[in-house]
Amino acid sequence: MVDTSTAYAPRDVRDEQPFLVVDDLHVHFPTDDGLVKSVDGLSFALRRGEILGIVGESGSGKSVTAQAILGLHKGSKAQVTGRILLDDQDLVPLSENDMRAVRGDEVSMIFQDPLSSLHPFYSIGNQISEAYLVHHKVSKKEAKQRTIAMLQKVGIPNAAGRYDDYPHQFSGGMRQRAMIAMALICEPKLLIADEPTTALDVTVQAQILELIKELRDELNSAVIIITHDLGVVAETCDQVVVMYGGQCVEKGAVDELFDQPEMPYTWGLLGSMPRMDRVRQERLTPIPGSPPSLINVPKGCVFNPRCRFSDRVEGDRCFTEHPDLLPTHGTKEGITRHEVRCHIAPEERQQILLTEIRPSL
Amino acid sequence: MIRFIVSRLVGMVLVLIVVSLITFLIFQAVPLLAKSSPVYYYIGKAPATPELLKSLTHRFGFDQPLPVQYWSYLAGFFGKNITDGTSAAVACPFPCFGYSFRRNELVSTLIGQAVPVTISLAVGAALLWLVGGLLVGTLSGLKPGSFIDRAGMTGALAAVSLPIFFTGPVALLLFVYTLGWLPDNDGYVSIFTDPVGWFTSLLLPWLCLALLFAALYARLTRSNVLETMNEDYIRTARAKGLDRRTIVVKHGLRAALTPIVTIFGIDIGGLIGTTIITESVFNLRGLGALSIQSIRDMDLPVMLGVTVVAAFALVLANFIVDLLYAVIDPRVTV
Repeated sequence: MVDTSTAYAPRDVRDEQPFLVVDDLHVHFPTDDGLVKSVDGLSFALRRGEILGIVGESGSGKSVTAQAILGLHKGSKAQVTGRILLDDQDLVPLSENDMRAVRGDEVSMIFQDPLSSLHPFYSIGNQISEAYLVHHKVSKKEAKQRTIAMLQKVGIPNAAGRYDDYPHQFSGGMRQRAMIAMALICEPKLLIADEPTTALDVTVQAQILELIKELRDELNSAVIIITHDLGVVAETCDQVVVMYGGQCVEKGAVDELFDQPEMPYTWGLLGSMPRMDRVRQERLTPIPGSPPSLINVPKGCVFNPRCRFSDRVEGDRCFTEHPDLLPTHGTKEGITRHEVRCHIAPEERQQILLTEIRPSL
Repeated sequence: MIRFIVSRLVGMVLVLIVVSLITFLIFQAVPLLAKSSPVYYYIGKAPATPELLKSLTHRFGFDQPLPVQYWSYLAGFFGKNITDGTSAAVACPFPCFGYSFRRNELVSTLIGQAVPVTISLAVGAALLWLVGGLLVGTLSGLKPGSFIDRAGMTGALAAVSLPIFFTGPVALLLFVYTLGWLPDNDGYVSIFTDPVGWFTSLLLPWLCLALLFAALYARLTRSNVLETMNEDYIRTARAKGLDRRTIVVKHGLRAALTPIVTIFGIDIGGLIGTTIITESVFNLRGLGALSIQSIRDMDLPVMLGVTVVAAFALVLANFIVDLLYAVIDPRVTV
């Protein structure tokens, strides 16, 4: 697979400028039933060589965010506002035509279900070299050679022989590898993986995540992994954004956030995750209720209908006042600053975490 | 591939045998139910005397057991001698569908005269409806809710609701008898003797027949295109940075139009022998007109022959569709 010994020397990414800045992003879809606020004021920043995890339930706006970065909402009825700065260039106002030059070349995406995301009528090789040819003026033969090299790199055995195979002739894991090869063929500076391991079994999952990390090291790309699996985040990511109801409810460096989670929703996510490294508890604790409607977003805090702790806040602020995303007590300044959107007083949160959450995690 | 072709060919032959058996049984059963002799239907009129009936029954073999009759009917297809009821035997070479005593003509001769008319009609109309239907359907499907979509689908609804026995005479009245843009051809003109006459005589029948199918194809294409353009692989194509034209043509239409091949094959195959109304309205003596005439005359051998030819056309079209599918859809293994 990838030879990391020569290409990659560990660097300190902390000093570098962010490569991707998403600033106050809104993606709204007008429908007959009302305005669907899929993403409502999302901000984060990411440096090259860093992996960001976006976590949340279905319908929390993860995939919509990813597609907004790729400009896939252009030409639809979606209203995208805010800024998406890629290397200081704002992608939001770009036309579909200008965006095409960015897509696949600078930013590329690995989709969730590789079988439906690959075209059933064209061979794997054809589809991958097509992605290379559209951004590079080379002959088809050169594109083919590059495609075969890329297929080898992502660990497909007998890559040259499988060039002309069709997606249905590949196994699930091999298809996802081919999908990754397609996403990486132009050596993108930003790679977005939308639930890259959801359709795969656990052993293949680990291989695919390892592959993404290795390729990140080699290309020094920024990577966004969208997932609902906190285990994936803990294993692979440097920073994490927890999304709920189209908003970021908590974010920060992975170790800090897992060590010191402060938002009741994050507690819920952690509590509903099976842990192999702890003594087996009786039952996993699900979060009661279901994600909010994105048309009639709850007043006040988006999480209030499902929150167990709203009685810990003076008055009814949880139901009337929308909490701001504020830095936690004692976190370090910088891109990965730990921030939480919650009305509960910081000392109270620490207390709840220590006495009620920790013991049951 | 060869195994695939052979197995499909065997299947074709089996289907045709079943078709011939069913038609054979129906035409045997009808006279029995009507309490008369098959001879009536075979020669198209009642024999003058009971003795003549008896001798004809024996001569045509209707006094033999059914399996023997069916076998001689099948074997006769490869050529036999037929007595024309009056004098010497008539040679009936392959493909022999029998002899029409009503018309004093071999059925294969009658069918041979009718087939070019029907094929001209069907192929010309098919080209028109294919181009028109796919064009309107694709444009509508790419921009649902647009003016083109609404106009196209309204037009399609109107076209699908208008029967040929309405559009045909109106078109004739307008373009031939009132405006005089097209000559008043009495029936079919062979392409080999007069290509221009062939074209002008068939233009209106093509348009009227195509209108109906074009409407169906436009609606079908529209829904296929709409569905395909929402597929995940179209999103992948966009994510690669491909231009709109490549996305639509290479990735979208390739997938959206493939199912149309199936419908098209069955439709064009099914048209052979069933364009009865169009042929009647425009006075074209094709297979449809031949079959309706034979039903009026109770001309059993012609009815049998047209049925078998129509069935053969449909089976052949399906066979070609299967072969095409193996080429255009890599998921179909042969």
